[in-house]
Amino acid sequence: MASQRFRKVLVTGAAWLFGLFWALPLFYALWAAFHPSAFATHFDLTAPLTLQNFVNAWHAAPFPRYFLNTILLVLGIMAAQFVICTLAAFGLARWKFFGADVLFGLIMVQLMVTPDVLILENYRTLQKLGLIDTLTGVGLPYVASAFGIFLLRQTFKSIPKELDDAARMEGASTLQTIWRVYLPLAKPVYVAYGLVSVSYHWNNFLWPLIVTNSVETRPLTVGLQVFASVDQGVDWSVICAAALMTSGPLMIAFLVFQRAFIQSFLRAGIR
Amino acid sequence: MQPRRNSRLNIHVQGWLLALPAIVLLASFTHIPAVVTVIDSFYSTPRGRVPSSFIGLDQYHAMLADPIFWKAFNNNLLYALITVPVAIALALGMALLVNGHIKGRTALRLAFFTPTILPMVAAANIWLFFYTSDYGLLNQIIRGMGFANVNWLGSTSTALWSLMAVTIWKEAGFFMIFFLAALQQVPPDLYEAARMENVGRWTVFRRITWPLVMPTTLFVAINALINAFRIVDQVIAMTGGGPNNASTLLLFYIYQVAFSFWDSSYAAALSTVLLLLLGGVALAQFYLLDRKIHYR
Repeated sequence: MASQRFRKVLVTGAAWLFGLFWALPLFYALWAAFHPSAFATHFDLTAPLTLQNFVNAWHAAPFPRYFLNTILLVLGIMAAQFVICTLAAFGLARWKFFGADVLFGLIMVQLMVTPDVLILENYRTLQKLGLIDTLTGVGLPYVASAFGIFLLRQTFKSIPKELDDAARMEGASTLQTIWRVYLPLAKPVYVAYGLVSVSYHWNNFLWPLIVTNSVETRPLTVGLQVFASVDQGVDWSVICAAALMTSGPLMIAFLVFQRAFIQSFLRAGIR
Repeated sequence: MQPRRNSRLNIHVQGWLLALPAIVLLASFTHIPAVVTVIDSFYSTPRGRVPSSFIGLDQYHAMLADPIFWKAFNNNLLYALITVPVAIALALGMALLVNGHIKGRTALRLAFFTPTILPMVAAANIWLFFYTSDYGLLNQIIRGMGFANVNWLGSTSTALWSLMAVTIWKEAGFFMIFFLAALQQVPPDLYEAARMENVGRWTVFRRITWPLVMPTTLFVAINALINAFRIVDQVIAMTGGGPNNASTLLLFYIYQVAFSFWDSSYAAALSTVLLLLLGGVALAQFYLLDRKIHYR
């Protein structure tokens, strides 16, 4: 028994060491961000704590505007995805309409061929639509999401048809039925999908990098990259502060709603 | 009751109408551009007054003779071959660790999962600092152990591997949650029985755990593989494909050819290769993975 206890201590110790090692880059960034630049690379427990790096980063680049852009972007995409994917998913889940199976197969292609694989053609399309350097342009290719349609279709299929029929008997139209019967029952799935969508688009980089070229449209990720790549005299403390700041809201949301986040990623499977 | 005759026709019309907005958007940003990309790859890039003309497979011949393409292609294969298995093995290890009764389980889960939430660009910048050659933490540790400084991102022999480390760091925690979910589905009486029989830990893992998490492993592997061929953020943020194209990857090269060199037809040919690769993964998924396992 003693050897078993010893083994347990050993495993626990190793696990902690591994966890610490895993979090090391993050701790290092936190250290640099919350201490004066002079202490960025040497460790001294008496080093004073400061928020100055965050203040400097906030003023050194138009981060307030970037935050606004990202928030508008992620909420806009999520709202549009909810509407468009719900409609398509409902049709595909409930009605055997002509060509529905082929259509579903074609929609699923997008799971593989995401808009960022076709950057050049999609950029040209946006040019024709006059949507370069607009938030609409950043979001538009992602609005009809195969993943969302798939997820909601599976959910709607599991909702008993009798509920649907009952609503129809009372004279509800298709849209009213969706609104009154399907949406409330699928609420957890919408929460999951929403969290996945928001975290994906908060972090998305390549497509917004290509489409945006002004402060008014740049989301945080692109703003951070512009900020970090312009020669800052490489003040790592400020760059770390900026990096943490851009991830901040999502991180805090994650810490608060940890369980919901993890459930969502599990439910959603693919980001 | 309304007459049923009408509603049958209605279903076809309404079904298509409901799906219409999604169809239009998907066609405009996925299907049509994919087809146009393939067609474009058979034409030359218009330059100044010279309009685009049909050149057959010339772009592909040029591609076969393009050392940077081969560098990107081989780098990407290596990237996938290393990061996917390593991230999966680490993820399974993490899941096994935090699935049991271990002190500080919540903190450990958090340590493993947090990198997943960070935007790749933010993670990349944090790691840039971590890798800095004179005073980065990594080199401080290495010097402390008595070794010489390594220029992680600036040397052709380490740049790609340094990027791989960031990818693994970001992905392992994400995959961990899938394994955690799978482990929680394993019937406890199986482990109970194994303990009664006094079976060793390794045998328990090999005979019970591993086979039962196999569907999860496949599912995660396929998704990781798809991601591996679309990796670009950390290349842009950390190395710009350098030094001397040592860390270039397919999507990054496409991005460069399309938006720095403005050679649109060559970019189309490169994109076609990427589409074929992704199509290959899709086929593998179709044959290997019974989707019902995960998507009831």
